[in-house]
Amino acid sequence: MKKIYWLGIIPFLGFIVGALFTNKVTPYVLGMPFFHFWIVLWSVLTTGIMGIIYLLDPANQR
Amino acid sequence: MNIAVFFILFFFVISVLIGIQAKKGKEMNLEQWSVGGRGMGTLLIFLLSAGEMYTTFTFLGASGSAYGEGGSIFSIVSYGCLATVISYWTFPAIWRYAKKHQLVSQSDFFVKKYQSPYLGVLVAVIGVIACTCYLVLQLKGLGYIVSATSYGAISSTAAIWVGAIGVTIFVMVSGIHGSARTAILKDILILGIVIFLGVYFPLHYYGGLQPMYEAIENAKPNYTILPDQGMSVSWYISTVILSSIGFYMWPHGFSPIYAASSEKALRKNAILMPMYQLILLFAFFVGFAAILQTPGLKGAEADLILLQLSKQDFDPWFVGLIGGTGVLAALVPSSMLLMSISTSLAKNIYSVFTPSATENQIAKLVKFLVPLISLVGIYLTFKGGNSLFSLALIAYNFITQLAPAFFASLMRKNFVTKHGAFAGIITGGVLVSIMELGNIKIGQLFPYLPQAIKDLNVGIIALFVNIVVLVVVSVMTKNITNTHKDNDVLETTTVEHKVLIQKESNR
Repeated sequence: MKKIYWLGIIPFLGFIVGALFTNKVTPYVLGMPFFHFWIVLWSVLTTGIMGIIYLLDPANQR
Repeated sequence: MNIAVFFILFFFVISVLIGIQAKKGKEMNLEQWSVGGRGMGTLLIFLLSAGEMYTTFTFLGASGSAYGEGGSIFSIVSYGCLATVISYWTFPAIWRYAKKHQLVSQSDFFVKKYQSPYLGVLVAVIGVIACTCYLVLQLKGLGYIVSATSYGAISSTAAIWVGAIGVTIFVMVSGIHGSARTAILKDILILGIVIFLGVYFPLHYYGGLQPMYEAIENAKPNYTILPDQGMSVSWYISTVILSSIGFYMWPHGFSPIYAASSEKALRKNAILMPMYQLILLFAFFVGFAAILQTPGLKGAEADLILLQLSKQDFDPWFVGLIGGTGVLAALVPSSMLLMSISTSLAKNIYSVFTPSATENQIAKLVKFLVPLISLVGIYLTFKGGNSLFSLALIAYNFITQLAPAFFASLMRKNFVTKHGAFAGIITGGVLVSIMELGNIKIGQLFPYLPQAIKDLNVGIIALFVNIVVLVVVSVMTKNITNTHKDNDVLETTTVEHKVLIQKESNR
């Protein structure tokens, strides 16, 4: 497997493992409870990570 | 005619006209009708995929669930994002295989991968039942939205009939091209309306987002996060894993993949989609804003909260605009569902039991089944009762049980046999259906287990059993069936082989 593909695991860690530590109301960030902010943050980060994978994926240089 | 009715009818007529117009300059053979000639670019593929995400649920269930269930609603955003991460690798693999073998339905994929038309029949039956339930939910949602936003001027019954006739016409004429073009207008409207409402209501009622959340926290402590029991963190984790695996197992989820012009278009889709999930966040804000404004609503009443608040606060013309957007949110996914159901019925059920049917006959049958399926959908909408939501839930769980056989089929050396795939799907599906129908929780069966295990989504247990059965049966039957080292090689000496050969000779 191409090394760059391992980046795809990071969103799973963020959403799934992260939930173990972030299920709390405070501190409020961007006006949202911390748990909501965490989900929003990872939605944005996932887009970024997938963008990086796309740009560095040799298959996109079919 | 009030101004709200005008807006609703305007957007309905526009969407049907756009849908019909999409046929222009194209010869509508089965390939063009069902998968757009495999020539759709990134934008249309993105809108078709998003079209399956933003349905009447965006206007009804999303805000209603935030209102009624609190923080657990965020699992939807999580599994939606992770499903698109998985799609970066699975979609191009599906696309390559589908293009090589000219596949047009999800069942075709299973038939070809496992060289088993009867596995295709099983997948088609599951898909047809699940998609029909989903179609009924869309039609019901359409009725609720139009009736509410027209201030009762258009009855729910009339809205469902007119909506179903409209979508049937443009699906028969333009197929997936009609869905793709209509999805452009739909997504522009949904984007504008939902973001506006999600910003407006917290500001209007509380003065901002944080004051709203603080007020909810004072009235209902910890309501906006996952509870300690029930929909707890372990429920969230198991649901996110299960649903991210099953998210794209719906039959109508395969159509945009087949319709793509290239692998790159599908990979770009995986970049854009996670951020696009955040539109749902604004629908959640509306639900949270309503918690303290209109407390005590249950079930269907809670689902109408976005429409109720809008009618309280806005002029009829704007409510009509919301209604028109709701119509589009129902019609686009309904069109995709109609195409998937008719293609599966004709190509993967009828043709298996009528091997003498030619490709030309099947192509005609696919289109003529559309009005028939619409009528069945309308009948079930009016006569199906409230148990349809439970049916849809079971169907979704059953759909997810296709995942192990699907992912196994993508392996270079797939050790899973058609018998193993069949046994796994049936076992997992039946198990999850029994637990869902009987409302049986893990905690009831094993009361002494830790709370974290009791709260697990029952679907993940069924998925585990599915995988075990799939592996065991595959090992037991590996000498009966050729494994799939070369998926293009037909098996010999089976009845199914004769069916495949018969079909090939009819082409």
